[in-house]
Amino acid sequence: MITERFAGLRADLAFIAHWVAPASRVLDLGCGDGAMLEYLQVDKHCSGYGVEIDDAHIPRCVQRGVSVIQQDMEGGLAMFADDAFDTVLCLSALQMMKNVEGVLRDITRVGREAIVSFPNFAHWPHRVALLTGRMPISESLPYAWYDTPNLRCATISDFEELADEVGLEVLECVALRDDGTPVTFLPNWRGSLAVFRLRKR
Amino acid sequence: MKSIGVVSPQSMHFKQPLPLQSGATLSDYTLAYETYGTLNADASNAVLVCHALNASHHVAGIYEGQPKSTGWWDNMVGPGKALDTDRFFVIGVNNPGSCFGSTGPMHTNPATGKPYGASFPVVTVEDWVHAQARLADALGIRQFAAVMGGSLGGMQALAWSILYPTRVAHCLVIASTPKLSAQNIAFNDVARQAILTDPDFHDGDFYANGVVPKRGLRVARMIGHITYLSDDDMAEKFGRDLRGDDYQFGYGIDFEIESYLRYQGDKFSEYFDANTYLLITKALDYFDPARTFNGDLSAALANTQAEFLLVSFMTDWRFAPERSREIVQALVKNDRRVSYAEIDAPHGHDAFLLDDPRYMAVVGSYYDRIWQGLSARPLAVQREAA
Repeated sequence: MITERFAGLRADLAFIAHWVAPASRVLDLGCGDGAMLEYLQVDKHCSGYGVEIDDAHIPRCVQRGVSVIQQDMEGGLAMFADDAFDTVLCLSALQMMKNVEGVLRDITRVGREAIVSFPNFAHWPHRVALLTGRMPISESLPYAWYDTPNLRCATISDFEELADEVGLEVLECVALRDDGTPVTFLPNWRGSLAVFRLRKR
Repeated sequence: MKSIGVVSPQSMHFKQPLPLQSGATLSDYTLAYETYGTLNADASNAVLVCHALNASHHVAGIYEGQPKSTGWWDNMVGPGKALDTDRFFVIGVNNPGSCFGSTGPMHTNPATGKPYGASFPVVTVEDWVHAQARLADALGIRQFAAVMGGSLGGMQALAWSILYPTRVAHCLVIASTPKLSAQNIAFNDVARQAILTDPDFHDGDFYANGVVPKRGLRVARMIGHITYLSDDDMAEKFGRDLRGDDYQFGYGIDFEIESYLRYQGDKFSEYFDANTYLLITKALDYFDPARTFNGDLSAALANTQAEFLLVSFMTDWRFAPERSREIVQALVKNDRRVSYAEIDAPHGHDAFLLDDPRYMAVVGSYYDRIWQGLSARPLAVQREAA
């Protein structure tokens, strides 16, 4: 019954969930409608909080029994103590931040491990679009340049540098296809979503 | 959405004296209350709604033959509403010291045979909670599915979670604060001074003199009302609009805002008791659960067992979102399950009484969740038995 209930969990989330240890303390930054946290709570007996700014998502989180705190994560994570979480998730949200480095430093402060995902700007259709002189529009970057919430464009190689700078060690880096399956050959070309598993050094 | 319809108040007398935080005792007392919905067989669906400064046990519905007597949270509580009376057994209680039916300063002090007046003992939020707990005992409710309140009502809900941790499954604290700021206390004291210095106050014994300190009450209400609205909301509603065509060059009413506040003040002074106003503002001032923990709110909340929902409103400058966040942070520090919504409503503190779809959706969803938990329970019990 439980698998049926979570059959709808987005493929990339399902992939990422297997990196989260059972019964661990989780902070999900930009938790959206709370589907991931609900899955982690019910299936993996995790506990923790979601942070979400969008009004539209809060009732759904609450209804799911996910503890959600409405705030702008760029306002800082002062609500949470140092090392309060085993794992901090920041999934497909970092690219919308103005102060990516500040958020990443905060993530490093409150968590022991972090899982960060973002659309890979170096995905080959994006490269092709740029070669033809246009900003890419794709499944992972579905917005026109003038109305995108994605303020930051990064590639898998770019992110490794910043992670290192804020004191995070890359444990694993996986590129996922649009269907959520991992790419092994030429990931920075062929993966549309970059997923990093990081540990505080 | 439809209202619960015609309701009627009840009252219960308590002979056992109520020891108060001040050291005084309320020798015996009556509580006025209302209930909506049906208590289920295992008494697990009860929700206590705590009222704020000028409200009462009349939370929802109307009184027979009084079409304008709609309860103060009728938009929140009723069939199919955020707090659904088809699911929950909802209780509203009038607090001791109030002027809407429960024992208060206008009632006879059994020790003297005269109205209490200003000698009515100063009551605190915690005293009210203890009184409410006795009513819960009498109604056979061991644990509330939820205790909920806005503003001063939110303080009572929070106090419930601290004083009776096992009796509160969920705690909804709306537009509230863990303690008043110096500015909050300052406003309260100006209001109190208006009443205390009104010649008709007679040191609180105005009942015997057949007068009411209306001028004091009126100013108190006008001051209070300013703090309930946001600057933007006032600008939007009244701006600098004039009552007449031009300035009057006198001290009558020039501006619409003056007219509005005076009207509110006049209306209030017709029905509210001056001693009650003093008592309730003192209860607000004294509330500070962290005080006995060296100001450490998370220590004060360490024994709570409830799950929490906090809601604040961005334009509320009386109890601003920062104050709710202090509570959330203290709960997070204790690893409590807590959700927090910050509603971008323009109406200031008053927003907690108004219909904002985002606000109602969050509260409604939270009660859905509580209801799911209650409905799932018999099944879990069945499984355990199997």
